[in-house]
Amino acid sequence: MVRFSIFVKKEFLHIFRDVRTMLLLLAMPMIQLIIFGYAITNEIKNTPFAVWNESNCNPATQLIQKINGSQYFDLTGYYTSVGEINKAFQQGKIKMAVIIPNQFGNDLFHTGKADLQIIADASDPNEASAVTSYVQQIIMQFQQESSPEKTIPYAIRQEVKMLYNPQSESAYNFVPGIMGLVLMLICSMMTSISIVREKEQGTMEILLVSPVKPIFIVLSKAVPYFLIAMIDVISILLLSRFLLHVPIEGNIFLILLLCMTFTLSALSLGLLISSITKTQQAAMLISGIGLMLPTILLSGLIFQIENMPLILRLVSDILPAKWFITAIKDVMIKGLGFTAIWQECAILTGMTVFLLFVSIKRFKNRL
Amino acid sequence: MNENKRKIRSQWSTLKFLLQKEFLQIFRDKTILKMIIALPVVQLLILPWAATFEQRNISLSVVDNDHSTFSRKLTEKITSSGYFRLADYSVSYSQALTAVERNDADLILEIPYRFEDDLIREQSAGIMISVNAVNGQKAGLGSAYLSQIINDFNQEIIPPDVQSGRQNRINVVPYYRYNTQMNYRNYMVPGILVMLVTLIGGVPAALNIVKEKETGTIEQINVTPIPKAIFILGKLIPFWMMGLLILTIGLIVAFIVYGLVPAGRLFNIYIFAFFYLLTFSGIGLLISTYSETQQQAMFVAFFFLIIFFLLSGLFTPISSMPHYAQAITRFNPVRYFVEVMRLVFMKGSGFSDIMPQLLHVIGFAVFFNGWAVWNYKKTS
Amino acid sequence: MKSSDNHITSSSDSTGNPSGFMIETGNLTKKFGDFTAVDHISFQVSKGEIFGFLGANGAGKTTAMRMLCGLLSPTSGKGRVAGFDIYKEQDNIKRNIGYMSQRFSLYEDLTVKENMRLFGGIYGMDNKDIKTKTADSLQELGLGSEQNLLVKYLPSGIKQKVAFAVSVFHSPKIVFLDEPTGGVDPIARRKFWEMIYRASEQGITIFVTTHYMDEAEYCNRVSMMVDGRIDALDSPVNLRTQFNARNMDEVFRSLARKAKRIFP
Repeated sequence: MVRFSIFVKKEFLHIFRDVRTMLLLLAMPMIQLIIFGYAITNEIKNTPFAVWNESNCNPATQLIQKINGSQYFDLTGYYTSVGEINKAFQQGKIKMAVIIPNQFGNDLFHTGKADLQIIADASDPNEASAVTSYVQQIIMQFQQESSPEKTIPYAIRQEVKMLYNPQSESAYNFVPGIMGLVLMLICSMMTSISIVREKEQGTMEILLVSPVKPIFIVLSKAVPYFLIAMIDVISILLLSRFLLHVPIEGNIFLILLLCMTFTLSALSLGLLISSITKTQQAAMLISGIGLMLPTILLSGLIFQIENMPLILRLVSDILPAKWFITAIKDVMIKGLGFTAIWQECAILTGMTVFLLFVSIKRFKNRL
Repeated sequence: MNENKRKIRSQWSTLKFLLQKEFLQIFRDKTILKMIIALPVVQLLILPWAATFEQRNISLSVVDNDHSTFSRKLTEKITSSGYFRLADYSVSYSQALTAVERNDADLILEIPYRFEDDLIREQSAGIMISVNAVNGQKAGLGSAYLSQIINDFNQEIIPPDVQSGRQNRINVVPYYRYNTQMNYRNYMVPGILVMLVTLIGGVPAALNIVKEKETGTIEQINVTPIPKAIFILGKLIPFWMMGLLILTIGLIVAFIVYGLVPAGRLFNIYIFAFFYLLTFSGIGLLISTYSETQQQAMFVAFFFLIIFFLLSGLFTPISSMPHYAQAITRFNPVRYFVEVMRLVFMKGSGFSDIMPQLLHVIGFAVFFNGWAVWNYKKTS
Repeated sequence: MKSSDNHITSSSDSTGNPSGFMIETGNLTKKFGDFTAVDHISFQVSKGEIFGFLGANGAGKTTAMRMLCGLLSPTSGKGRVAGFDIYKEQDNIKRNIGYMSQRFSLYEDLTVKENMRLFGGIYGMDNKDIKTKTADSLQELGLGSEQNLLVKYLPSGIKQKVAFAVSVFHSPKIVFLDEPTGGVDPIARRKFWEMIYRASEQGITIFVTTHYMDEAEYCNRVSMMVDGRIDALDSPVNLRTQFNARNMDEVFRSLARKAKRIFP
């Protein structure tokens, strides 16, 4: 154990000497959290749209004003031909166009029924479907307001209650996600690279001839990154609580415990990567390029796992980040206790044990 | 004159030797080479399927305190809509809430006691919808679908003999331009390809010069008369070609696996990628000239890449971001490539339409490569 | 005079080398913060000479050499290498020198041949020159099948010989060797010096640092660095007489006694 602590000290020296990397390790998660906490939002707002108003009647003008007045849309211009609208779409200036035919006012006045065309830019299907449903909602409201009679029989009043996140803040969803992504990348990349680096430079051999068991040498490289990750966790939590005003509903110790469990699994993944690669470049390719996009896309950070096809749901099950993000939302946002997340904790621990077991085996085989 | 010509010729031949060396090194390390090809292809095969914001199978927990014909009909209508899946009937709100806590249910529909009676006698009755709003977007869409269904139900149950008065009806005809099938793959495949090309074009470049610093070989280069720009160019071109290769492979995969053919001209994509990849190799080399170790370089590279990717407009629309974040995205090269891919691939936009994006990346390419050459110092 | 056998040296000859010295420095100094690594050194090296640069570890040998090669900017003092100013004409200097660093710095994932080809190309040699020269060098190195091995698989003695062969591959006017024989057995060191002599016979000026005192005997002239200064400079014979010593080791010991810098 004494020897182990000597190795840990050596690793700390490496990290503290390299002030730049250390500052990066500590500052990067904070900067990213601040940028993303504010910038990333799933809401669709201020969508630029254009109007081709052939009718020029009163209701048409009112309707356009109503659409433009909502937070969802910004009117960028009026066009008078299909060609102009096409051009605007192709240059990416507008995401939606409202076309009001010239008999719109007449029809509405005489028959109470009128047609209206919406063109949405479905090159982003998500945005397109959200945009059309918003505009339909606005039009529905408009037709009710503009109807001569307003009493509706058999009215079902709907009261909608937003649980846990009454203001529908995007940060509630993204803070846990970003935390998972950042911890995953820091821990797996940094450990794998720092071990492989010693292999590359040949200093690993000097360590390996010492009487300390190889696995302890390798573990000693993970310890400093574990501590740095914990400092990152605390700074992320403080920032999200006091700057982004994301509440910490659950027990703080439980949150920390969960973060530690997750960090350990990410570190063991780093160890595994280092045991199967020989060069820093290879380690980087796997831990960076191989892990980054899958973690962003499959862990539930942006896309809902339950909407994915079965195979992808299975793939996401092997990503530690997925279990972490689910659990941390339960504790942090919903304020649940250990009983709600014990399964996720158990799975993460199981993954850690498995990854450690495999990498120890591989390290032994090597020597 | 002659002297100058000879100088230029000898610099080109120097570049030739450098390129030969870089390619020898790349092809020598078969593991790396395989990974550089395989990682993007595998990801391009898997990841696009993940992307769907469509809400299907939203789990619903129903607390029916009324047990009337109406309440049953309403529940049936909701569950048969295709959007919702009945998680359970809970006897009480608190039981339903437990289901939400366990992530078994996303929404709670609570129908109060005397719902039907109120509706018939008082002409109005309330119901309560509670949504798990940790993910605000999901909650918003879920509750919007639900209330649409309830509105429809509302229309249906009005007896024909009840005079409803005249209601204006505006018939909205939505048209989904460029992607009438609303296929998410059409949108995600080009986007993910952009990310992969960026990773392959930028990250290895970031590691390259640092690697020579770490192994000491840079000393042997620095003591030669080789011009800085030639050396940087020799480093840049291989990664640039690697990026174009991945782009080409990706476009082939997009065609074979996803049946995607760009609506516009491939030429426009390549001309943009040409400068875009120069930008990223330049950023990579710039990071490389500032870093002392590969670990440092990689960390800085990924720091920027995460920001670039998440603010690229692929995952969340840029127009919805707050103004300061939109301002940041102006300096994000990835944003412009995502835009160009979407414009050319799906909308068939022409060369003049992508001009603004093209000019931006040309500017970036000049800026970052110039900076990298300037910052690479042969003498300390 | 050595015939100008490649175009680089011939083009720079026209710039002239008024003093005729290959290297000359005047009060050359390098400070890192408060620490003076090289302290006002002045010396000249003539064409074709084998000039030994001796001193204990940390005496400032490598720093001085890196300034002369254009890898490091001096703090003050004058210096010319191959007739070019070390402040303003670093690129011209680099065209005319070869360098072998203390740390092995050839590309380990290339073969011997590939390394030669690369550096020949960087110095502007054409394919034909590279081919003939590669054949010559390989023959001199006595490499058989090893010539197609990646450099990383070569034993360290051979690696150093290869590094030297690469450093003189483009027939520079001067070659700087920084502790070229570190960690090599005595027989290999002898062989290495034979290569140095052959290069010298071809008219290449040799500037070599070492801390093996027996190697000092092989040099035409030797300078002794102590604490960043040159405390003695003469031929090995004269130095022995001057310090009344039986060998260079004793010369070194009597000088090193004065050293104040202590490196653990």
